[in-house]
Amino acid sequence: MKSLEDLRRMREEALKKVNVREGDKDYRVVVGMATCGIAAGARPVLNRLVEEAAAKDYNCTITQTGCIGMCVYEPIVEVYGKDGAHTTYIHMDPDKAVRVLEEHIGQGHVVEEYTVNAARK
Amino acid sequence: MYRANILCCAGTGCTANRSQEVFDSFNNALKKYELEAEVKVIKTGCFGLCQKGPIVAVYPDRIFYAHVKPEDAERIVAEHLYKGRPVTELQLSDEDLATNETIYDIDKIKFYEKQERIVLRNCGKINPEDIQEYIALGGYAALGKALTQMTPQEVIDEVKASGLRGRGGAGFPTGKKWQFEADQPGDEKYVICNADEGDPGAFMDRSVLEGDPHAVLEGMAIMAYAVGAHLGYIYIRAEYPIAVARLNIAINQARELGLLGKDIFGSGFDFDIEIRLGAGAFVCGEETALIASIEGKRGMPYPKPPFPAVAGVWGKPTSINNVETLANIAQIIDKGAAWYSSIGTETSKGTKVFALGGKIKNTGLVEVPMGTTLREIIYEIGGGCPNNKEFKAVQTGGPSGGCLTELELDTPIDYENLTAAGSMMGSGGMIVLDEDNCMVDVAKFYMEFIADESCGKCTPCRVGTRRLLEMLNKIIEGEGSLELLDEMEQLCHEIQDTALCGLGQTAPNPILSTLHHFRKEYETHVVEKKCPAKVCKKLLDYTIDPDLCKMCSLCARSCPAEAINGVPGKEPYRIHPTKCIKCGNCYNTCRFGAVKME
Repeated sequence: MKSLEDLRRMREEALKKVNVREGDKDYRVVVGMATCGIAAGARPVLNRLVEEAAAKDYNCTITQTGCIGMCVYEPIVEVYGKDGAHTTYIHMDPDKAVRVLEEHIGQGHVVEEYTVNAARK
Repeated sequence: MYRANILCCAGTGCTANRSQEVFDSFNNALKKYELEAEVKVIKTGCFGLCQKGPIVAVYPDRIFYAHVKPEDAERIVAEHLYKGRPVTELQLSDEDLATNETIYDIDKIKFYEKQERIVLRNCGKINPEDIQEYIALGGYAALGKALTQMTPQEVIDEVKASGLRGRGGAGFPTGKKWQFEADQPGDEKYVICNADEGDPGAFMDRSVLEGDPHAVLEGMAIMAYAVGAHLGYIYIRAEYPIAVARLNIAINQARELGLLGKDIFGSGFDFDIEIRLGAGAFVCGEETALIASIEGKRGMPYPKPPFPAVAGVWGKPTSINNVETLANIAQIIDKGAAWYSSIGTETSKGTKVFALGGKIKNTGLVEVPMGTTLREIIYEIGGGCPNNKEFKAVQTGGPSGGCLTELELDTPIDYENLTAAGSMMGSGGMIVLDEDNCMVDVAKFYMEFIADESCGKCTPCRVGTRRLLEMLNKIIEGEGSLELLDEMEQLCHEIQDTALCGLGQTAPNPILSTLHHFRKEYETHVVEKKCPAKVCKKLLDYTIDPDLCKMCSLCARSCPAEAINGVPGKEPYRIHPTKCIKCGNCYNTCRFGAVKME
């Protein structure tokens, strides 16, 4: 390390190690991981979300929660914005999850067709 | 990439409570649930709330678990990390007294709410054995800034403007100290980090070194640049094995990255650090004795001047700063003197770390802005005395400090106020005493420590502290008199006036301050031959209340001196006053409260 620039580069690399501990992200992506969710395939969804978020450096934390109460719609992924607004995506699979990251977290557009509201219509 | 981190406290307190096993069982449990690729367990430094240790924090959820046992690990992994349901009954929580609700939010828990963590900012947050984590949170940016964008004088001016004062106890302005050394001619100069933390009950520096060693290394490097030194020593006691190990790891990692060594940040500035282990002598925290010890001589103080800034280690200009002082430096350079000096009081800027111990609910490490009152620390953060006992006094400043009572609880803490109140800031030990503590006994505890630790170089300290201890023992054994109190007080003042170093001069403080605040208690000891707190055994009388005695004979059987007579089931037991050796066995064995102690 011979310059501030070197330090800055190292810091960016190192941030990946600790950013899960830094709370100020724009979005919180929560995967339902109760028995119903796991049985319906929530685990591969969670794994893919974690990989993808890390690879593309999305501004979100990925975490899990228990049963949301709509077991029939599992796997369920909820996205919470900083303003408290939240969107519920249902019947997720790894590929759909990637699209949610791309469009919702990346571009700020809700992927309407995957939401619970779309299914109810 | 991990989706969650489990931070497991690996400070000395939690390690003593099996946190290493907890760490291992988390790893095993993650393996069992096939989560090793998603969740990482990390050893971190002290979270501060040692009373509730071992503490484990789960991120990104920011959920803290208290008193985690190795067997709890699997449950936390299965419930929280696999299924996403935090195990509430193991969570660190607080009761909201107003609403009777349980608080789990870590930022709202009383212990943390009033704190402002600058020195401890990374403790409990990063892995101290990984330099990258320190860098990720902004580490070494201040060193880079100082070396590439500031002149040494600008660094000194910044530290001066911040108002930072030495955290080792005396409170000498840090920038001024650096200026003295910088102004000395010659190019062989040294810096020293004083990590010889010796006050009974104090563990601030240990926790910083264990939890965030790079902050201290960075502070030292900045100080070296400012004063023109190229070699620094960390003088640390061998009794801190975890801190020493982490320092060694940290120094090696910093060298590998070129943050220590030649031509740091391409600035042409060379600096390296060596560790010197002390054998744990209290006097070696005194700077001249510390220097002697580093040079391989017997650790004894020598008279000043010359001050270390003029002729220190190897006779060359040397600046000595305490661990906590150095841990502030990088933040000051990074965020600026204006930010730092906006915290604290008129004369004392920034924060201070205190080690809370004794009769207090939340034993642990707290960092508060200067100007916080003792009441806030003891009651709001510390939770007050346990078992509804009444607060009696708080001892601050270690053996050189003194006791403060209820009357001083609302004093805002800063260097001047504590000195005016008859104690001192000291390095930050804070021992709370309740109604069950006898102040003569407390004074004796400290005097034993000091008499033991006196280096022996000067007579007032070597002989004087021994004599003081003998006088205290006389009082405790019921052989004291009012004249003895006066004699003791006079000797205290003589030692203050004549001892060689700071330690000797402050050695009588435990007696003087307890005498000042609790003279009545001393007088009761010497006149009535009673100990109001019922601590001094020789001054207690044991009797058996015949109305309460059930004639069970338990007390008689527990008596090692055969001083209790009676007939089982027929005649109440009696204690023979001259045979009684006042061991307290009967008092502890009686199930009916018939044995009275007064």
